[in-house]
Amino acid sequence: MPVLELANISKHFGAIQAVNDVSFSLEAGEVVGLMGDNGAGKSTLVKMIAGNFRPSHGTIHLDGKELVMHKPADARQHGIEIVHQDLALCNNLTAAANVYLGRELRKGVGPFRILDYGAMYKRAGQLFAELKSETRPRDLVKQMSGGQRQAVAIARTMLSQAKIVLMDEPTAAISVRQVAEVLNLIRHLRDQGIAVVLISHRMPDVFDVADRVIVMRRGRKVADKKIASSSPEEVTGLITGAIEQVA
Amino acid sequence: MAVTLDQTIAQKQHTFLSRLFANQTFWVVIAVILACLFLSVATDSFATSKNLFNITRNVTFTAIVALGMTFVIITGGIDLSVGSVLCLSSMVLAVTMHAGYSIEVGILASIATALVVGAFNGVLIAYLGFPPFVVTLGMLSVARSLAMVASNNTVVFQFGPDHQKLLALGGGAWVFGIANPVLYMIILALITGFILRWTKFGRHIFAIGGNEHAATLTGVPVKQIKVAVYMISALSAGLAGIIQTGWLGAVTTNLGNGMELQVIAATVIGGANLAGGVGTALGAIVGAALIEVIRNSLGLLGINAFWQGTFIGGAIILAVLFDRIRNFRRSD
Repeated sequence: MPVLELANISKHFGAIQAVNDVSFSLEAGEVVGLMGDNGAGKSTLVKMIAGNFRPSHGTIHLDGKELVMHKPADARQHGIEIVHQDLALCNNLTAAANVYLGRELRKGVGPFRILDYGAMYKRAGQLFAELKSETRPRDLVKQMSGGQRQAVAIARTMLSQAKIVLMDEPTAAISVRQVAEVLNLIRHLRDQGIAVVLISHRMPDVFDVADRVIVMRRGRKVADKKIASSSPEEVTGLITGAIEQVA
Repeated sequence: MAVTLDQTIAQKQHTFLSRLFANQTFWVVIAVILACLFLSVATDSFATSKNLFNITRNVTFTAIVALGMTFVIITGGIDLSVGSVLCLSSMVLAVTMHAGYSIEVGILASIATALVVGAFNGVLIAYLGFPPFVVTLGMLSVARSLAMVASNNTVVFQFGPDHQKLLALGGGAWVFGIANPVLYMIILALITGFILRWTKFGRHIFAIGGNEHAATLTGVPVKQIKVAVYMISALSAGLAGIIQTGWLGAVTTNLGNGMELQVIAATVIGGANLAGGVGTALGAIVGAALIEVIRNSLGLLGINAFWQGTFIGGAIILAVLFDRIRNFRRSD
């Protein structure tokens, strides 16, 4: 059974049709590359899954149950996590503080509860170890490399039992070595049975890490193929419109 | 090479000493000590118990307000209205007690006034998106004007039936001969330090100052927290006003005039960053102490009092300069 199922999803803003009748499903432990030119509707589609927008038409099913979300917190509660393009990190805080931002652990009784630094350092350290990242929980984020910053943002999605992680351009604007690091992080998420949607402009990254590629053009889904049965040339053609559509 | 998880977790970036030397508050403490040593040698009047008692008491009012200001500055905001709020709270206390009400009623009215002013600032800033500078600059004018209205611009020096209680509250020395204001300052500093380090609220204040957008995206209640910090700032000004009223035994409408500059200077000199995300309770106190020692020394060294503003303004610029230098080195 697919973990996430979108059926005939459309979204329009006034007269503008941003997403038009898109359906797809996502299996657990699957990495799907979502590609398309600027304005193709990728971000709008992802924002509907993340609870930022409500679809104009169509339904979203999570584990077979219909999901109606009003705000991003609803999505998070259902195990849908997003890694924002700008990562949403506070440079002045430690890695552990960033991982736990907004859901800090506390200890104590009743209203007298203080931050549980020990437990947060420990769990954050375990998450970084699971991700095979060299990030240290006590380090300040401002002293970190791009790859380590990604690890912090991704560790955040693993705090609760995430089922789906949406990643918005995680490999834009970082060095080649760090890209490899981030792709490894994505593989680790997949190995834990998490479904990953990778929005990217970078063809090599998608072909490196994804199992399947979905291409969007002008709000419509024009392709949904196994990576093994596609090629970068074909996907480029689909993105630009040189190839109209494939089954 | 195998590194265990526990080793990685326990690993800190710096040793204790290197962290100490990178800490602005530490250097300000050194500066205060050096200044005190120098003044003790250079003048006869500095190291007298009377002068030291004066200094410690003077420090407290700036320091208490600076503690509240620290919250605001950590979120990346600024509160210019503290001097006027201090005056308004004092005046509300004075007028209420002068009218024959008890000290409890007076203090309640005074604190309520401060909280209302702080909430007004906070709501405009957090929910309507006003720049903090503009809102609190307006409030600087409004609050002082209200204090004049409340008192008809007179000096209030009779506080009704509880007159003596109020004077004891601000002017007494109930524990080990430590002046009461100093005691209040220490208690408030401990509370501030605790909130900043050990509570979720404190953590979120730092997050907002570090990256407000990120705080919003991760579900931190940014707007409510911003309102709260301006209320805390106004509350600290109100408390300082109450204590100062008891200490002075009289309230005039120019009480706390220009105090915002001293308070902001104390906070920044103590290591808080005006860009947000950095600040400590100890820093606020130490910053206030340095300013007061400078002020005091100008008088003792026979330097014209007109130079005071130059020294305090210079100290702010110097503090920010150190911060810039550190940043330049880091970005190399």
